[in-house]
Amino acid sequence: MGPISSELQRVIDLLAKLPGLGPRSARRVALHLIKRKDTALTSLAAALEDAAAAIVTCETCGNLDTQDPCRICTDTRRDASTLCVVEEVGDLWALERAAVFKGSYHILGGTLSALEGVGPQNLNIGPLVARASAPVVTEVILALDATVDGQATAHLIMDRLDGADVKITHLAHGVPVGGELDYLDEGTLAAALNARHTY
Amino acid sequence: MDWRDRGITLGARAFGEGSAIVTLLTREHGRHLGLVRGAKSKNMAPALQAGSEVDARWRARLGEHLGSYTLEGGRVHAHQVLSKPLELAALTSISALAEAALPEREPHPALFDGFHVFLEHLEDGDVWPSILVKWELGLLRELGFGLDLDACAVSGVNENLTHVSPRTGRAVSALEAEPYLDRLLELPGFMIRETNHVTKSEALAGLRLTGYFLERRIFAPHDRSLPEARQSLMERLGRSADETQRIG
Repeated sequence: MGPISSELQRVIDLLAKLPGLGPRSARRVALHLIKRKDTALTSLAAALEDAAAAIVTCETCGNLDTQDPCRICTDTRRDASTLCVVEEVGDLWALERAAVFKGSYHILGGTLSALEGVGPQNLNIGPLVARASAPVVTEVILALDATVDGQATAHLIMDRLDGADVKITHLAHGVPVGGELDYLDEGTLAAALNARHTY
Repeated sequence: MDWRDRGITLGARAFGEGSAIVTLLTREHGRHLGLVRGAKSKNMAPALQAGSEVDARWRARLGEHLGSYTLEGGRVHAHQVLSKPLELAALTSISALAEAALPEREPHPALFDGFHVFLEHLEDGDVWPSILVKWELGLLRELGFGLDLDACAVSGVNENLTHVSPRTGRAVSALEAEPYLDRLLELPGFMIRETNHVTKSEALAGLRLTGYFLERRIFAPHDRSLPEARQSLMERLGRSADETQRIG
């Protein structure tokens, strides 16, 4: 019999499977929770249980929320004519944090990847084409990664949206705010130079 | 175990929080995998894009281990084509094909050199298609399924070769091909001539020819089909060829 009870070991094993946590940090987190049983452990357990029961995937855009359609899709203050296509929910959160986009979203659920065996059939593209074909939508923004897989996916979406009467745009590639030219890689510099525009 | 080699990134699969298992086509060690730590860092991410040329150092305690890579001097080609659908499709197609068709750790320097030449000409739309087709021809040859395009399989002549037998993979002259045109595969002239300038239609015919043999001789015996990226290149090239014809 080891020094750790099977119940606690189970907690550690589950924590160790979370992103960013290995066995050592999982043990540390488990100890922290056990030491603060009333303030941390029970409230975390309750919060996780509530989330598991309440969180659903929005059938319209693929966002995670407690209601379907989600609060972004049902918010009448948002601009329904602009649809921003992102890879994952984390990307939607990033754009919401920036608080610069006030339109609707569409989450693809990944990008094409030969190595991971992800093809067009694995992505949420069909519903996107249907949404983009609605008369109210005038612009689709492809906010996908500036990677080979991200841009291959963007080109595929452009093909699929060929018949839809919408303007298709993508995020700019180039020098980040606060970036110094001397420290940029040649690819980013080339992209920035190619995408230059007049003042 | 420790070696250094030139490599071309074929792809990277996320591993844990910040690492990736990277597949390189190396010159002397063939298609070879290894773990790259800090793969999501700003400095490393470009080198892990398909088609990036790197100086790789691979280390492992035993030869059969996955081992880890240290990658330096990444020369990124992807940025040239991120906004060009056809060229990007070609880059993903050749990378996916090398990844899917080549056995691990079996050196094929000729394929590495051909891939390098393809990358060097990726911005020249009149040239890269023929290099790509010839690379696929080389892939068939390196894997033991080379086509015999030197002389007509029926008459032995080495002029006016226009078709290939789907059964034997040997060239057939126009005269001998005449009665069997519906059963033979088209052999575009650039595949047997010293020229790299081709039209999109010729490139498409070349890819149809190599694709036929790649599918039947390399992928089908393992109950697999050609990578999706290659199918997507064929579709895109087909559309581009149609557009060129309409404009012409």
